[in-house]
Amino acid sequence: MDILNNLFVSLYVWVADLLHGLLGGLGLAKDAEAALVSAIMVLLVITVILLWMVLMVLILIWLERKNAARLQDRVGPNRVGPWGLLQPVADTIKMFIKEDIVPANADKFVHTLAPMVAMMPAVLAFAVIPWGKGMQPVDINIGVLWIVAVASIGTIGVFIGGYGSNNKYSLLGGMRAVAQMVSYEIPQVLTMVPIVLMVGSMSLVKINEAQSGWFGLQWFIFAVPVGPIAFVVYYLSALAEVGRTPFDLPEGESEIVAGYMTEYSGMKWGLFYLAEYFNFFIVCTIAATLFLGGWNGPILPPYVWFILKVYGLILLGMWIRMTWPRFRVDQLMNLAWKVLVPIALVNIVLAGLGLPIFKTIGF
Amino acid sequence: MIPLPFYLVIAAALFCVGLYGALARRNAIAILIGIELMLNAVNLNLVAFWRYIKPASPTMDLAGQVFALFVVTLAAAEAAIGLALVIAIYRSRDTVNVEDVDLMKW
Amino acid sequence: MSTPLVLTYVGFLIMAAVAICGGLIAVSARNLIRAALGLILSFVGVAGLYFVLEAEFIAVVQILVYVGAISILVLFAVMLTRGLMRRDLSAQNSQWIAALVVALVLFSALLLVATGTNWKVAETKIAGDLIPKLGEQLMTTYLLPFEAVSLLLLAALVGAIVIARE
Repeated sequence: MDILNNLFVSLYVWVADLLHGLLGGLGLAKDAEAALVSAIMVLLVITVILLWMVLMVLILIWLERKNAARLQDRVGPNRVGPWGLLQPVADTIKMFIKEDIVPANADKFVHTLAPMVAMMPAVLAFAVIPWGKGMQPVDINIGVLWIVAVASIGTIGVFIGGYGSNNKYSLLGGMRAVAQMVSYEIPQVLTMVPIVLMVGSMSLVKINEAQSGWFGLQWFIFAVPVGPIAFVVYYLSALAEVGRTPFDLPEGESEIVAGYMTEYSGMKWGLFYLAEYFNFFIVCTIAATLFLGGWNGPILPPYVWFILKVYGLILLGMWIRMTWPRFRVDQLMNLAWKVLVPIALVNIVLAGLGLPIFKTIGF
Repeated sequence: MIPLPFYLVIAAALFCVGLYGALARRNAIAILIGIELMLNAVNLNLVAFWRYIKPASPTMDLAGQVFALFVVTLAAAEAAIGLALVIAIYRSRDTVNVEDVDLMKW
Repeated sequence: MSTPLVLTYVGFLIMAAVAICGGLIAVSARNLIRAALGLILSFVGVAGLYFVLEAEFIAVVQILVYVGAISILVLFAVMLTRGLMRRDLSAQNSQWIAALVVALVLFSALLLVATGTNWKVAETKIAGDLIPKLGEQLMTTYLLPFEAVSLLLLAALVGAIVIARE
C-alpha cells in the first residue's frame, strides 16, 4: 500500500540517485555535481509535466466530444481508433499541416505572439499543482495567489490576439473577453479567501494537509455554510473566467464569428484552443484542491483520488456546457458584479465570524 | 548570495531607461509607461535593501516589502488616474501628444 | 533544499536581461502596443528578480497588479486613442538628446554610488513563512500608511471614473 501511495515520489528519488551515481564517475566537485543534478532534475520534471499536460488535454478533447454526443443522443467520434480514442491525435495532425494564414494588414509580430502568451498561464500554473502527496513540482508558500496571478497573464494574450488580427470581430471578441476575465477574476479570488483564512496559509500543500482529517473526508466543501457557497461561486466564476458556455461570449459564434480567434488558423488557432482546455483543467484542479480535499480520500492512493475529483468537476462543466444557452453581455456583467461579488464578500464575513466554530469542529 | 550592487546597478539602469522614456517621448501614454518603469526600479531597490541590509531576527522587520507593496498600490492609482486623464484629453482635444496640450504653459 | 549558487546567478542574469530589454523596448518602440508589451516584459523580469531575492509575495503581487491590471489599463488606453498612431510622427520629442544625456549622467552617478559605497551587508537566511508576519506588520506597525493607501485607492477609483466618464 505504502509503495503504491508513494510510487511517483520514490521514482523521483530513484532517478535523482541514479543521476548522482552516473555523474559521480565524472569526478566533479561536490557543489558542481549537486547543481548539475538539480538542474537536470528540474528539466526532467518540466518535461514530464508538459507531456502529462498534453496527454490530459487529448483525453479532455475526446471526452468533451464523446460526452457532448451522448448528451445530444449521438454516437460521437468512433472511426479513429477504438471508441474514437485517437480522434484528438488525428485532429492535432490536421492542425499541424494546415496552412497558417496571417491577415494582410495585421500586426504580424503581435499576431504571432498572442497565442504563445495565451498558453503561458496554463504552463506556469501547472508548476504548483499538487498532484498527490509530495507530488507538486514546486511548493511555494503563495500557491493560491500564484495561480490567480498567472491566470491574469492570459488576458493579455487574448487582448493582443484581438488587436493583432486587425479585424472588427477579433477586436470586439478581445474586448469582451478582457472585460469578462477581469470581472470574474474578482469573485474567484474572493472565494479563495475563506479557505486561506481557515488554513492560515496560501500554500496549496498546506491546504491539502488541512483537509486530511476524518479518514480523508475533511473537505472544505463540508464546512457548511461557507464551504458550499464558496465552491459554487468559485466554480461559476471559473467557468466564466475560462470562457466556457454559458459564458462563451468572447467567441460567441452566432454573434461575432469566433471572437478573438477569428483570424487564426492552423497551429496558432490550435494553441488558443489548447490554452482554453488547459485553463479549464487548471480551474478544476484548483477547485478540487481548495474545496474537495485535493489528494485526500480513503483507501485509494492520493493521486488517483485527485484525478478522480478533477475529472468529476470536468464532467460537471461539460454537462453545464451542453445544457445551458449563452448569457447576454449585460446578464453576464450583472451576474459578476451584482450577484457573485456580494455573495463572496458576505461569505468572507461569515468565514471570519464562524472561524472559532470551524476550528473547534476540526476545520 | 549575489552581491547587493548587482541589484542596485540593474535598478539604476531600469530607472534611467524609464527617465529617458518619461523625458523624451511625445505620447502621454508613453510618458506614463516611462514613469511605471521608474517606479519599478525604486521597488526593486526597496526589496533588495530589505533582503540585504536588515539583520535577521525573530521579529524580522519587513519594512522594505511593506513599502514596496505601498508603491505598487500607488502605481496602480497613478496609472488609473493618468490614463483616465489621457482619455479625457483625447476626447476633448483629439490628441495625446503632450506638446499640443500646453494651454497652461506660460 | 536550497538552490545552488550557480543556478541563482543564471536566474538573476536571465531576469535582469529580460527587465532591461523590456524597458528598452518600452521607451524606444514607435508602435505603442509594442511599447506596452515591452513594459509587460520588464514587469515580468522584475518579478523574476523578486523571486531571486526570495520575496515571493511581492513577486506575485507584481505579476497580479502590474502584469494583470496596469498593463491591461495601458493597452486599453492605447486602443482607445489609436486613431493617432496612423499619423506619421516621430516618437521622440525635440529634447530627446538632452534627455539621453541626463539619463546617462544619472546612470553613471548611480553606478558610482552603487559600486563605490561600502554597504553593510548581512548574509541572512530566510527561515519559515514570512507572509503571516507581513500581514501582522501591515495591521500593526504600518497600520496608518496602510489605511492612507486604502483611502488613496478609493479616491483614485472614484476620480478615474469621474474623469473618464463621457
